[in-house]
Amino acid sequence: MVLPIITLKIERHAPPGWIRAFLPALAVLITFVLTSALVLMAGANPLEAYYYFLLEPLTSRVSLLEVLVKATPLLLTGAAVTLAFSGGFWNIGAEGQFLAGATAATAVGLAVQQFPAPFAIPLTLLAGIMGGMAWIAVPALMKIRLGIDEVVTTLLLNSVALLVVSALLNGPWRDPISQWPQSPEIASAAILPKLVPRSRLHLGFLLVLLIVVLLGITISRTAFGIRLRAVGMEPEAARFAGIEVWRVILTTALLSGGVAGLAGAIEVAGIHYRLIEAISGGQGYTGIVIATLSGLNPWAVLPAALFIALIDTGSQTVSRALGVPVYLGEVIQATLLLVMLAVLLLQSYRIRLEHK
Amino acid sequence: MIESSLLVFIVGWLAATLRVATPLLLATIGEIYTERSGVLNLGIEGIMFLGAFVGFATAARAEAAGLGAYLWVGIVAAMLAGLLTSLLMALLTVTLGLNQHVSGLGITLLCTGLAMFGFRLVFGEQAVLPRINPFAQIVLFPGVPILDPLLNQYLLTYFAFFVLVPLSAWLLNRSSFGLNLRAVGENPEAADAAGIDVFRMRYIALAVGGVLMALGGAFLSLAQLGAFSPGIVAGRGWVCIALVIFARWDAIRAMVGALLFGGVFALQLRLQTQGIGLPYEMLLALPYLVTILVLAIVGRRAPYPGAYLKPYRRE
Amino acid sequence: MRGIWKRFGSVVANRGVDFDLRKGEIHALLGENGAGKSTLMRVLYGLYRADAGSIAINGTPVSIRSPRDAIAHGIGMVTQHFALVGPITVAENVILGSTPHLRLNLSAARQRVTATAERIGLSLDPGALVKDLSVGQRQRVEIVKALYRNAQVLILDEPTAVLLPQEVEQLFNTLRRLREEGVSIVFISHKLQEVMQLTDRVTVMRAGEVVGSVDTSRVTSSELARMMVGRVTFSITKPSSLSSSQSQVALRLEQIRAKNNKGLLALRDLSLEVYTGEILGIAGVSGNGQTELAQVIEGVRPVVSGHVYVCGQEVTNAGPRRMMDIGVGRIPEDRHESVVGSMSVAYNMVLEHLTEFTRWGFVDRRRLHQHAEQLIAEYQIKARPNDPIRTLSGGNIQKVILARVLERNPRVIVVSQPTRGLDLAATTYVRSKLVEQRQRGAAILLISEDLDEILELADRIAVIYEGEIRKVFATAEVTPEELGLLMAGLRRSH
Repeated sequence: MVLPIITLKIERHAPPGWIRAFLPALAVLITFVLTSALVLMAGANPLEAYYYFLLEPLTSRVSLLEVLVKATPLLLTGAAVTLAFSGGFWNIGAEGQFLAGATAATAVGLAVQQFPAPFAIPLTLLAGIMGGMAWIAVPALMKIRLGIDEVVTTLLLNSVALLVVSALLNGPWRDPISQWPQSPEIASAAILPKLVPRSRLHLGFLLVLLIVVLLGITISRTAFGIRLRAVGMEPEAARFAGIEVWRVILTTALLSGGVAGLAGAIEVAGIHYRLIEAISGGQGYTGIVIATLSGLNPWAVLPAALFIALIDTGSQTVSRALGVPVYLGEVIQATLLLVMLAVLLLQSYRIRLEHK
Repeated sequence: MIESSLLVFIVGWLAATLRVATPLLLATIGEIYTERSGVLNLGIEGIMFLGAFVGFATAARAEAAGLGAYLWVGIVAAMLAGLLTSLLMALLTVTLGLNQHVSGLGITLLCTGLAMFGFRLVFGEQAVLPRINPFAQIVLFPGVPILDPLLNQYLLTYFAFFVLVPLSAWLLNRSSFGLNLRAVGENPEAADAAGIDVFRMRYIALAVGGVLMALGGAFLSLAQLGAFSPGIVAGRGWVCIALVIFARWDAIRAMVGALLFGGVFALQLRLQTQGIGLPYEMLLALPYLVTILVLAIVGRRAPYPGAYLKPYRRE
Repeated sequence: MRGIWKRFGSVVANRGVDFDLRKGEIHALLGENGAGKSTLMRVLYGLYRADAGSIAINGTPVSIRSPRDAIAHGIGMVTQHFALVGPITVAENVILGSTPHLRLNLSAARQRVTATAERIGLSLDPGALVKDLSVGQRQRVEIVKALYRNAQVLILDEPTAVLLPQEVEQLFNTLRRLREEGVSIVFISHKLQEVMQLTDRVTVMRAGEVVGSVDTSRVTSSELARMMVGRVTFSITKPSSLSSSQSQVALRLEQIRAKNNKGLLALRDLSLEVYTGEILGIAGVSGNGQTELAQVIEGVRPVVSGHVYVCGQEVTNAGPRRMMDIGVGRIPEDRHESVVGSMSVAYNMVLEHLTEFTRWGFVDRRRLHQHAEQLIAEYQIKARPNDPIRTLSGGNIQKVILARVLERNPRVIVVSQPTRGLDLAATTYVRSKLVEQRQRGAAILLISEDLDEILELADRIAVIYEGEIRKVFATAEVTPEELGLLMAGLRRSH
């Protein structure tokens, strides 16, 4: 018997536009099918598990608000990475910029005890932006002046940021009261007020929504956005057209770093009110997941971030209800990322299985 | 025999360096194979973590079941996990030609999530870390001053330094496998036209890389620690990415770099116990900062493989 | 080869092509750009897979699915972009792919490489790194490589495009030696003169089909030309140039020195002047500084020393923005590198002047769209404003570039390889537009590898060799012999 040989053939072929809208849904479906194997291993029913994942959090006010709370920093890191990637700057360092922003915000937050809130809050948040910008500045300059790839430099600085935070929290910023590796609480004037009483949802959420919308408008409607995308897609053509490529890259990088830093500041000023080691917990990397899920479309960052936040919340619900380890959420996010990447291929290619 | 506390300190530090450098060296050499073929595998951090977990869990189960060679079972399982993961990476980046940065990060996130999921599933929520009896160290020259404590290492360490490094140096520069690999990484069109199967070469390079990375992770849990914890890898994968560049994609220089970086890690461990005032995080940050500095100096002239990061498609 | 069909999407590159190669002959595959010659040979070499058709060697049908199969059947190919790996040695490149054993014996390899080269009268340093070699030397490495693998069939794709005239003669001698050894050679070319000089038989292809196969000795060049083109070519009628009293120097380059991407001097004290209302053609074998010359005027390559003046104003090292602002229109060599492929036609049309379509930082999309529709109508571009520009054919992309440049009525136009890879209709259109601009009074610097194009369009011709202008003369005064000699660097202007 001759075994049929099936080869994967990938050819350029632009499908009808309506397919685009279905791609994320397709990715989600495939992801859940794949990860149901893990659910089964944990001894639970996949359909039941996904109910707890996706639908149950939406049924109670408490968990719904929690989804929004989780989405707040993710919206920013997702937007920051989307912005950078669109401009061809591979910012893998959102995690480090987040931490740098959180650190800077804490420093200012600790110092503004005497200021009234309308001054203290903007100062604190501004510090976060500056911190994030400072953390991305070195890789950005190395790329522009020395032509050095930014992937490794931004990546390495993530680890350095974590070490800086750890050094501060175990040293000069160690909380004198509890002696735990956490900073003292920041000034109450610098704390973001709550939007909904008796929940964790704070003013930062509205601010974040505003910023995401602004970034979306910037990328799609302004001349800067056009130049950014041109540089991201074809830097040589952009240079030829008279665009100052280095300036666009620098602006894009600083903007991206600043937004990621702001995310860190908002987490400090809105949720924890102090700097802790686990202040980020990978939200910078999740930003990359969100950016990929949204196909680098700034308007898709909102639903993508909300979806990821939903999974985050849902993973805790599932853990409580069915005993499935909470880390299933991380596995789902990672699988979703990879599946989405593969599925995005269908946008410009057609994969054919050929029988030989 | 001259006994001085300084000499004892130095020999102890060097011995620790070899130990600490082993997982770095294993994973770095693995990544060198991969990058020489033109692929950047950012999944290295996750694969090391998964290797550490799979090795440990398998060994723990095997020990409980009474298997004598339970540690080796763990090693094999870890290598298998690394192989499967890197084959997935190959499917994504070589066959499908997807973005290598994002795919690699996705693999890291996936492996980390899978390992933690598996950890909870197998060991449940425990306050105390599960432990096993780890590998024993082998003394090469018992009784000989200096050499006795220095060459008191795990088998994997001897393997990494005395077998893997020279073998890889020879393979990369003096064998046809190495020539084909380098050609694929520099100019895949030329390699293709010469009749070399570019896809197969990259799959092999990724597979070798994945096995070595997982082995590096398994070393941590099965030899060095005898336990598994969520912080067991703690960024060593990223250090290896830096090391590959520092070593300029060469096996011998990778060994030197691993010793340097490992030496810094080992030193900070020792200084910590001595109670020296330096915040030890500064020392830990040193490898990263040094690499960035090296990058800034060597810059664009770094001998990146010519086809680095570019997926290959015929037609 | 029998009945070979090959499609790329909607483009049919080979339509039922039959091709025969006899042992020990040099057989030319002749045709214009896009005739399908390269595609056919890439099918033979296994780089492409035919959609239909068969291949037989010595009467036995064979299946060639990859270069590996082709090499196993004794077929070797030297492509236009050399398939060599830069950072490794000549010997390593030659043995690449022919090393069945794990262990490499490099010294034995070096000896065999030298011996193989000497067999056909070539000298090579097996230990040199390929990236340090000249273009002609690299081609020799490619030939030795094919021979090392016992190629009985050698395919050469436009081998003389990158060679100097004396290197061409060396190559021909090498090929004749190979023929004596019994190697069969396929010589892909679009240059009639070489085909007549070197080959035994010619197969002419046009638009993906075989027009005919003849013995070279029994055919004249004009007959071949007619087969290539399908009809007698008509040239653009060039109205006489403006009277000299009206014309002034629009573009002046004074003692320009510039480096190429490898850091070597590509332009050496180059000086030239272009007057309003004329087309100055730059003739020369590619690789003599034309690319760098164009880039200097486009503003994307800095000069090390010297001056550039446009209409009397100094613009040395001013950058692309200033060059555009001062009235320089740029039609670049590689059209794919000067447009953003995924962006729409409309955006690409205004990319160079985005500020004119923005208000308070926001892009005026309606005006953008209107502008695009206007240009599309005027230049007969087969596209819609929102189409991503990479979905357009080469000819239409070139029209978009022309449109965005010419609508600004530039005073100076620098245009490189304007009709490379275009079909006849697009070629004619582009050339007529250039003549139109000349009539309008623009000063045009035309850089082209196509000597016929220069002879047809230019009022004056400047020959470039190794980064210098060797001689400038009026087109009417030039003889092919003198041109050829100057292009080969063999005669100076004084």
